[in-house]
Amino acid sequence: MKVLVTGASGFLGRTVVEHMLAAGHEVRTFQRRPSGVPGASDVLGSVTDVGDVDRAAGGMDAIVHLAAKVSLAGDRADFTAVNVGGTQNMLEAARRHGVGSFVQVSSPSVAHAGDSIVGDDALPADPAHARGDYARTKAEAELVALAADSEELRVVAVRPHLVWGPGDTQLVERVVERARAGRLPLLGDGTALIDSTYVDNAASAILAALHRADVVHGQSYVVTNGEPRMVAELLEGICRAAGVRPPQWKVAAGLARAAGGAIEAVWAIRPGADEPPMTRFLAEQLSTAHWFDQRRTRRDLDWTPGVSIEEGLARLAVSYR
Amino acid sequence: MTYDLPASASITAPAALPPRGLDGLDPDFSRLVTVPARDAGGASRTWHLLDNGAQLDALGVTPVGTILCVHGNPTWSYLWRKLVSQGAAAGWRVIAVDQLDMGFSERTGVQRGLPQRVRDLGELTAHVGLTGPVVTLGHDWGGVVSAGWALDHPDQLRALMLLNTAVHQPAADPIPAPLRLALRPAILGAATVRTPGFLETTLALAHPPLSREVKAGFRAPYAGAARRGGIGGFVADIPVDSDHPSRVELDRIAEGLRSLDVPALMLWGPRDPIFSDRYLDDLVGRLPHADVHRFEGAGHLVAEDVDYTAAVLHWLDGVRPATTAAPEGSPDAATPPDAATSRDAAAETAPAAGPATPATEPAPLRWSDDLRPMWDYLDALSSSRDTALVEMAPSSGPAPRTVSWRLLSRRVTEIAAGLSAVGVRHGDRVSLLVQPGADLTAVLYACLRIGAVVVVADAGLGVRGLTRAVRGAWPDHVIGALPGLTAARALGWPGQKISAVDLAPTARRALGVTHTLREIVALGSGAGSAPVLPSPPLPGDEAAILFTSGSTGPAKGVVYTHAQLCAIRDVLRAQYDVGVGTGLVAGFAPFALLGPALGTRSVTPDMDVTAPRTLTARGVAAAVAAADATVVFLSPAAITNVVATADELTDADHAALAGVRTFLSAGAPISESLLRAVGQLMPGATGHTPYGMTEGLLLTDITGEGIAAARALSEAAGHSLGVCVGTPTGPAKVLISALDADGRATGVPSNTPGVTGEIVASAPHLKDHYDRLWLTNEASVRGTGTGTGADAVTVSASPAAPSAQPGERWHRTGDVGHLDDAGRLWIEGRLAHVVVTAAGVVTPVGLEQDIESLAGVARAAVVGVGPVGTQQLVAVVETAPPVGKVQRATSELSAAVRAVSREPIAGVLVVPTLPTDVRHNSKIDRAYLSDWAGAALSGGRLRPPTSATRRLP
Repeated sequence: MKVLVTGASGFLGRTVVEHMLAAGHEVRTFQRRPSGVPGASDVLGSVTDVGDVDRAAGGMDAIVHLAAKVSLAGDRADFTAVNVGGTQNMLEAARRHGVGSFVQVSSPSVAHAGDSIVGDDALPADPAHARGDYARTKAEAELVALAADSEELRVVAVRPHLVWGPGDTQLVERVVERARAGRLPLLGDGTALIDSTYVDNAASAILAALHRADVVHGQSYVVTNGEPRMVAELLEGICRAAGVRPPQWKVAAGLARAAGGAIEAVWAIRPGADEPPMTRFLAEQLSTAHWFDQRRTRRDLDWTPGVSIEEGLARLAVSYR
Repeated sequence: MTYDLPASASITAPAALPPRGLDGLDPDFSRLVTVPARDAGGASRTWHLLDNGAQLDALGVTPVGTILCVHGNPTWSYLWRKLVSQGAAAGWRVIAVDQLDMGFSERTGVQRGLPQRVRDLGELTAHVGLTGPVVTLGHDWGGVVSAGWALDHPDQLRALMLLNTAVHQPAADPIPAPLRLALRPAILGAATVRTPGFLETTLALAHPPLSREVKAGFRAPYAGAARRGGIGGFVADIPVDSDHPSRVELDRIAEGLRSLDVPALMLWGPRDPIFSDRYLDDLVGRLPHADVHRFEGAGHLVAEDVDYTAAVLHWLDGVRPATTAAPEGSPDAATPPDAATSRDAAAETAPAAGPATPATEPAPLRWSDDLRPMWDYLDALSSSRDTALVEMAPSSGPAPRTVSWRLLSRRVTEIAAGLSAVGVRHGDRVSLLVQPGADLTAVLYACLRIGAVVVVADAGLGVRGLTRAVRGAWPDHVIGALPGLTAARALGWPGQKISAVDLAPTARRALGVTHTLREIVALGSGAGSAPVLPSPPLPGDEAAILFTSGSTGPAKGVVYTHAQLCAIRDVLRAQYDVGVGTGLVAGFAPFALLGPALGTRSVTPDMDVTAPRTLTARGVAAAVAAADATVVFLSPAAITNVVATADELTDADHAALAGVRTFLSAGAPISESLLRAVGQLMPGATGHTPYGMTEGLLLTDITGEGIAAARALSEAAGHSLGVCVGTPTGPAKVLISALDADGRATGVPSNTPGVTGEIVASAPHLKDHYDRLWLTNEASVRGTGTGTGADAVTVSASPAAPSAQPGERWHRTGDVGHLDDAGRLWIEGRLAHVVVTAAGVVTPVGLEQDIESLAGVARAAVVGVGPVGTQQLVAVVETAPPVGKVQRATSELSAAVRAVSREPIAGVLVVPTLPTDVRHNSKIDRAYLSDWAGAALSGGRLRPPTSATRRLP
């Protein structure tokens, strides 16, 4: 199968390309910088540019759409343009070029209003209640993608939760950097149970969704390792793997959420592209339970995660040696 | 006494249909029926009623009969809305009337007394025409009216059901305070008619409170004084004295119930300030064959507080007319015909299983050489000077106190005669609130001898638990020492009070004590002439009600007959070879009382029986020496302290203990190491630990050697298989009802090895039933062919199971486990504590044992958090030494726990102490811990888990 992977220069995107290649697919990538994955051909460009998108989608059997603006801060219009507009562009190109399958890589935060999630399956994306611009625009994008689902263009939404692994610049690097600087607090008692996904598991699930698109199109699936951990334990494991001291101090969860909200507000009026050290969304992510019912995902996608948390942490440690 | 109701009570109004949109009420069920005047002087009357007849017609269902529902004051047919809407699916026509002047029926402007109301209802049913046999259902004064109808229609009547009601007010007893108030002439009109006070007070009696919508439903027909005349009329109709015009009719109904032999059901909410347990007890006396269920925590509006509909329809499964099969030819029939057939078959193979099969009642059991009563040795050894009882630390007098068979036998006879003399009758319930010892033993056997039913609740339940237990059992007499009598007085426990100790006249008056035990003995000794005893009870008569520990919800009263108590005695004798001449150290209260029935020389060691851990090693040795004992029964807590104080033993003590042949740890399993340690103190003894519960005291048994062999099996498996409790004792049978994917015990009970499920047991020494907990009892025999349940799958239907014998009693233990190839039973936890993960059903005990094998872990509990079916496992551990405050486990401990657990563990929490149940202080309260861990892991503050007592409201 000829597969276009967008956002392939990112952490998860690169791993997805590797898995696609390993499964024998012919892979083209599409992003602004070279993907750097041997064996894949790169098309450089932006998902907001219809011409670029058209060039990338031509002749493909399937599209895995990962490209998104993922930072915790930034201009609201940018989020909408990249995440919603980019998805629309990809879907239209897919239709024009007769692409058969489309995997929309989404996020569990599209259905997360900030309450704890205890063993829920994927709930419908809900832009009105999603927290922050990223989650809101990803929610809109998922709705747009699923609305485009048809027998001709089979759309599946996959929502990997808290992806991590070696080379991760999002979760792992942030945690490690802050811990190294002594600036990583635990929120509350650190006992909130949270799901996470080792990067190879997220990639294999996306591959599985592509292979099963005939059967599961029109659906959304949360993907995790299915091994929730207390948040402090997960952070501790990552720090140990990276050889830094785990967090030693605590901030009351409520305070962090309030502070996160305040900091968000300050960052919103402060020009610049850097990220706030804490957002309400992040504070909620780190202080409330969110773990998922994986039974439907595993059954429908005919998939199980291949790398346990323990094995993942061991691989992470190797990468830090 | 007469009442002048406000003028508004005589305003007339026609009947009307209820407004649309009342919560839960389908307008299609409402109809108005006008009953023509019977004679020239009379008037026609129009009723509003709920009737599912049209729905049945539409479904093409021929109903098996009619349920005639009669509400009380101040409700209306709205009370029965759930039954009306669910009746058709179960094949019943349901008619719920609004009594005249009530609900949406006609306001007649005439005060209608009880005789009139019973007549009114009869005229209505004659006019409407009821289909098939009729089951009445009444609540409050509707209970009385419906019972009156029942007595007047014996040909139609199939069964009778009552919710909180009363038919009799003893002349000596005050009527309930709330009614007394409402009945004061100055208040009655204002409280009931002019204001909605009585209505609102009644609606406020619901537990939990009624929703706004439901309250609005109940208020709908009573807006304005002109609509509430009937409410006042009903209150005024309460026959407070013997001259009251309704008194004769009430007495007719009350007495008539005594001769009613149709099946009867009473569903009761004990939190009722009006119709308290006193009235339930009165009704039970009139309808002794009735099935009774008290919903602990529910009150006067029991129909709103609990799912009475399910209870009623389940019970009706057992009273379905045998000739009428389930409705056929209807796709909506609730029960396929073949299921009905198998149910009938089940009923036939289960004699005396309740009202469904009154015709198959076997001839009553008689005492014989093979079935000797509990007091047999008291008769046989009545002139023996041998020792029957030794008390190492009697409450008074020199220690030790030795009682010969001759003395014990005489004292039992005297007390029996004395109790008879003060009115303790066969079948009366006698609550025993006396510490174990010679006095309790004598009183117990005296009660057994005269057929009084002893009610025994452990002081470990706490005052609140005891109060609930005593109120639930509603004893006719209480025999107690000071603490018990004081509590009885303070908390208003029922019954004639007899003091086990001598009291000063003031204390006696203050406690309401009518007799002391000393006076009872004196009465019974009859001034020299031989005491005269009533004829003894039969083996099938009720003998005792023992209360459960309450570790799994409110304490339940477990009823044993004489034959069943004798069966406990016999299995104990056979299992441990104890009998006449055996010296027995009785350090475990339930078995201590059986000494005289076994013919043993029983010694009570020096200990506080309510705190078994006060027993020392020297205390055991002294008791063994005093009675030359070869058998020692102890509780796990006592054993722990005996081992801890072993250093104090002298050479003479060691010599005495060396003579012990058998020791038994009863009450809860103990660790192999503890069993070994106590074994070293009694080197000549075989250690046993039995498995059982209040409902079946000795179901399996295992020796120390057996435990070691079982451990080897677990080691070979690489993980713990659970706690091995050995093989069934003597006549006991143990089967497993397999768990389904949702963790429910739905499997047909079977003896297939290796299958995990609920443990289902049968034995002659099993409980007879739960007291006044019909539904609980049904659940405890579900699927064993001995209940009336629609889902009954008989044990004998299982090809894998040993065939069930007719009349055999089975009991679902609520424990889960499995049988192995050698027929040994392994306990894996409580059914309520089973965890269902995405990978399947997980039982906790094996995992806990594996975690407890880690160095530094004292105890562990494994619980589930999250929704059933995708739960995550959390280990909560107590370390040695214990931590000061609750915390996350270190990464090292978490890793170790995960390494030793064969199921994935999401998290490990460390607590200073694990919460355990009140009585045993050993059973971990996993249900509570599961909630606690769920809160901790959803991101809340990490608070310490509190004790299990929080679940006792």
